[in-house]
Amino acid sequence: MKNLEQFFDIIVVGAGHAGCEAALASARLGLQTVMFTVSVDSIALMPCNPNVGGSSKGHLVRELDALGGEMGKNIDKTFIQSKMLNQSKGPAVHSLRAQADKQAYSTEMRKTLENTENLTIRQGEVTELLAEDGHITGVKTFSGATYHAKAVVLCTGTYLKARCIYGDVSNYTGPNGLQAANYLTDSLKKLGIEMFRFKTGTPARIAGNTIDYSKMEEQFGDKKVVPFSFSTDPESVQIEQKSCWLTYTNEKTHEIIRANLDRSPLYSGMIEGTGPRYCPSIEDKVVRFADKKRHQVFIEPEGLYTNEMYIGGMSSSLPEDVQYEMYHSVPGLEHARIVKNAYAIEYDCINPRQLYPTLEFKKIKGLFSGGQFNGSSGYEEAAAQGLIAGINAAMEVKGKEQLILDRSEAYIGVLIDDLVTKENHEPYRMMTSRAEYRLLLRQDNADLRLRKKGWEVGLIDDETYHKLQEKERMIREEIERVEHTTVGGSAEVQSLLESQGSTLLKSGTTIAELIRRPELNYHVLAPIDKERPELPEDVCEQVEINIKYDGYIRRQMKQVEQFKKLEQKKIPEDIDYEDVGSLRIEARQKLESYRPISIGQASRISGVSPADISVLLVYLESRSGHKH
Amino acid sequence: MEETTIAAISTAMSASGIGIVRISGPEAFETVSKVYHSKGGKKSLENVPSHTIHYGYIYDGEEMIDEVLVMAMRGPRTYTGEDTIEIDCHGGVLAMKKVLETVLKNGALIAEPGEFTKRAFLNGRIDLSQAEAVMDVIQSKNEYSLKNSVGQLKGSVRKTVQQIREKLLYHIAYIESALDDPEHYDLTGYSEELEKIVSEEKEKIQGLLKTAEDGKIMQEGIRTVILGKPNAGKSSLLNLLLGEDRAIVTDIAGTTRDVLEEYINLNGITLKIADTAGIRQTEDIVEKIGVSKAKEMAADADLILYVVDSSVPLDENDEEIIKILQEKKTIVLYSKTDLKSAIDIEYLKSKIDQPVIPISAKEETGITDLEEKIREMFFSGEINFNDEVYITNERHRQEFLKAVESLSLVENSIESGMPEDFYSIDLTDAYESLGRILGESLGEDLVNEIFSKFCMGK
Repeated sequence: MKNLEQFFDIIVVGAGHAGCEAALASARLGLQTVMFTVSVDSIALMPCNPNVGGSSKGHLVRELDALGGEMGKNIDKTFIQSKMLNQSKGPAVHSLRAQADKQAYSTEMRKTLENTENLTIRQGEVTELLAEDGHITGVKTFSGATYHAKAVVLCTGTYLKARCIYGDVSNYTGPNGLQAANYLTDSLKKLGIEMFRFKTGTPARIAGNTIDYSKMEEQFGDKKVVPFSFSTDPESVQIEQKSCWLTYTNEKTHEIIRANLDRSPLYSGMIEGTGPRYCPSIEDKVVRFADKKRHQVFIEPEGLYTNEMYIGGMSSSLPEDVQYEMYHSVPGLEHARIVKNAYAIEYDCINPRQLYPTLEFKKIKGLFSGGQFNGSSGYEEAAAQGLIAGINAAMEVKGKEQLILDRSEAYIGVLIDDLVTKENHEPYRMMTSRAEYRLLLRQDNADLRLRKKGWEVGLIDDETYHKLQEKERMIREEIERVEHTTVGGSAEVQSLLESQGSTLLKSGTTIAELIRRPELNYHVLAPIDKERPELPEDVCEQVEINIKYDGYIRRQMKQVEQFKKLEQKKIPEDIDYEDVGSLRIEARQKLESYRPISIGQASRISGVSPADISVLLVYLESRSGHKH
Repeated sequence: MEETTIAAISTAMSASGIGIVRISGPEAFETVSKVYHSKGGKKSLENVPSHTIHYGYIYDGEEMIDEVLVMAMRGPRTYTGEDTIEIDCHGGVLAMKKVLETVLKNGALIAEPGEFTKRAFLNGRIDLSQAEAVMDVIQSKNEYSLKNSVGQLKGSVRKTVQQIREKLLYHIAYIESALDDPEHYDLTGYSEELEKIVSEEKEKIQGLLKTAEDGKIMQEGIRTVILGKPNAGKSSLLNLLLGEDRAIVTDIAGTTRDVLEEYINLNGITLKIADTAGIRQTEDIVEKIGVSKAKEMAADADLILYVVDSSVPLDENDEEIIKILQEKKTIVLYSKTDLKSAIDIEYLKSKIDQPVIPISAKEETGITDLEEKIREMFFSGEINFNDEVYITNERHRQEFLKAVESLSLVENSIESGMPEDFYSIDLTDAYESLGRILGESLGEDLVNEIFSKFCMGK
């Protein structure tokens, strides 16, 4: 029998948010790329919540955009409501969140993929990985076809041996009834890859015309919308927005849930996968936070193409009839009709500690992975990893240096470092509290942090990069200027200060000092800052933030310096930890299994003590011989 | 080359009154210059030639602490290969501690266990062939220090530190939950509440700091263990040592060891002395536990007082004890000299190559000789008390100081109207400083606290 055989540079398995970014990056970097999906109609599907961004996730999207990813541009084209969260808090935690038109999001992404040179989209299930001598060589599909490639990127999301469950009903399908991928797990196991089984869930979708919005609070988008992408014209996103709605569960809801807990597969033991604590089902919330009288329920549109509404905050795996009863107990949903049931989904994913921070498997050269397959959750987390995996697969094929972002450079760096370094037993979600240098990793400066790297990789063109350099120059010069522009206690100055409720000047000071006062800012000082040049708004924003939070920022930069030193001390790939005398057994085992790339990464492995790190340093020094 | 400047007491802290505080790192000269005053008050250490010795005083602000000799050595021809200053202190243990504290106050960091050696190695001052030994030193010093820092922390101190940490963690988690899920948790009016809590917790830490300054977090002393067969006269010896004219420094209630521990002071030398169960072959389970504990303690002891009943011949139980004594500093007490002797004292001396002192609790003889012997061994440096305890104490103090500073920064942020996300940064620093005292790191604490205390997510 003769089977189809084809050759590509890079194969991407999966067309979700990770797969799309990986395939685009690889093709845009000039490599012949094929992207496999079980259904071409599910490209860039949003099977759960209808939004992109949110606290810390918004940061990821901005960083991805700065590096040359697509998610930010795509959501700017297809959002129906947008909000900058945490505006009353510090700039580091401002975070953009947009409601998407799910279908438009999917369609727009598909168009972009279809119009990208070097990219082939192929429907089909990949069932086997082909490897020789620890090196990936290609994949086989269900039809028996063989595809050869120099690198493979796995972005299978929640499809591996997926099972959807509510009540005692369980279906071996992927999300939204799509076909699951049932063979790849075995192929991975054969290659010695350790697998985990995780679980997540989604709430019901309800017909919008059966909801009584008069009993809910209306939630509007921002008056002035800020785009996700640094390349989007801010004027183009000032559109008419759709509202979301807020309502609450109540004691009656909780009673219904409690009365039916024995019918929940979570508590009956039918679900074995580990679920995320940050995204608990409503039955989980009711059990774990028994003293809470009510929980928030957000009613969000799925898009303009449908009247289906997403019932945020009430994901569940209770049986159908209980779901009806429970949703009906919520004000405004008394007569709601369910379009799609809430369900829990279980799937296979890998233990991500088997990956290098480049997202390449330690055991199999040329095999990369990203997204929920790596044990994360969320569209943004997936997309960010997909981009990095795609870039690095391409860099490897081209024989160029791989891209690793560290914890001081990007949330993406924190995300990947956490995944590959820390013990994690639930789907991983990004949180601002995970970023120890978050004052530096703001959404407003993602371009300043990462554009250059995107340009070096080849995803950002020269013109865009030169624009960024120009922006940097303007910021630098303006900071320099306001730091050295002095004002005295003239009548004009004093009256401005008085009008702002600020202490009057006793002696001369600089404009920068005045910006640092909590009640003042860069813009209100314009009348007394005579030499101020005309500058774009994003430049003014950077000047303001850098001056106002200067003390804090400098402290974190100092910590980063220390951090970088350990990151830069690389551990040779061929190190044999058996050779390192005096390491404690636990540390030796951990180091052997994680094989960290740097002393910094080693120091973050639980069970490796500072003394073990000292011992390791001494060993590395003795190995390389003293250099003086 | 390291960028920090470290300091520690580099000699054993014996009561001989002379000891060396060593400072190593790029700012060694600058740091010591801030506290050194020459006799005439004019000489600055910053520009003195390398490898020279200078007479003078160490000052903490206005207060003169000690008369010293300062050895100024510039790298690379020093032990660590870095700029190094050694301060030769003359005023005894207390002065030595004060000198170290003053140096730390002026910018040096307390050295980690084995850090001088590590630096010496990394800077090529120790031969490559010794790498293995260097690694052993680091690991063993660290283990020792860990055992000290966690094991010797007083129960009440540990409990307070834990309570403060719990409180801080809760509030960090609250702020972080509100940042992650702003539509759910609202921070309006929260800063006033936090201000109160921060000031309360800060006060508690300052209380602990005072305890640390009094040296009471951990007791220092020569760890002395009394060993012997049952009825050899161990308890009588302890009672004798605890006689009215001798001060009981403190007692540790509720130690888990089931062994009576007392602090006694022999003319300025503190002994942390433990009376143990008599050692003998036994089938009794409770007694067995006591015996194995006694052996454990003996292994960790700085000094063993082995009580031999002179009226009973040596037996297999004595043989057992003598095995334990090997490689331990020991004084053998030939007790009950008021009774008829069954062991020849010369034989005993030849059998155990350690000093033997005849003693009678009943007639109260020999006790002065014992005291004399202990003093002699201490001053000659044969035994020294465990300076790691002091160093650990100092490390704890530094962490308390850092925690207080971090909480002050939170207060500043609140006062100057900074947004809430700034608070949790310094709160976390304080939490981590306190964690280092307990040997615990932040790890996943915060994420766990957020998920367990706050209902997150849609």
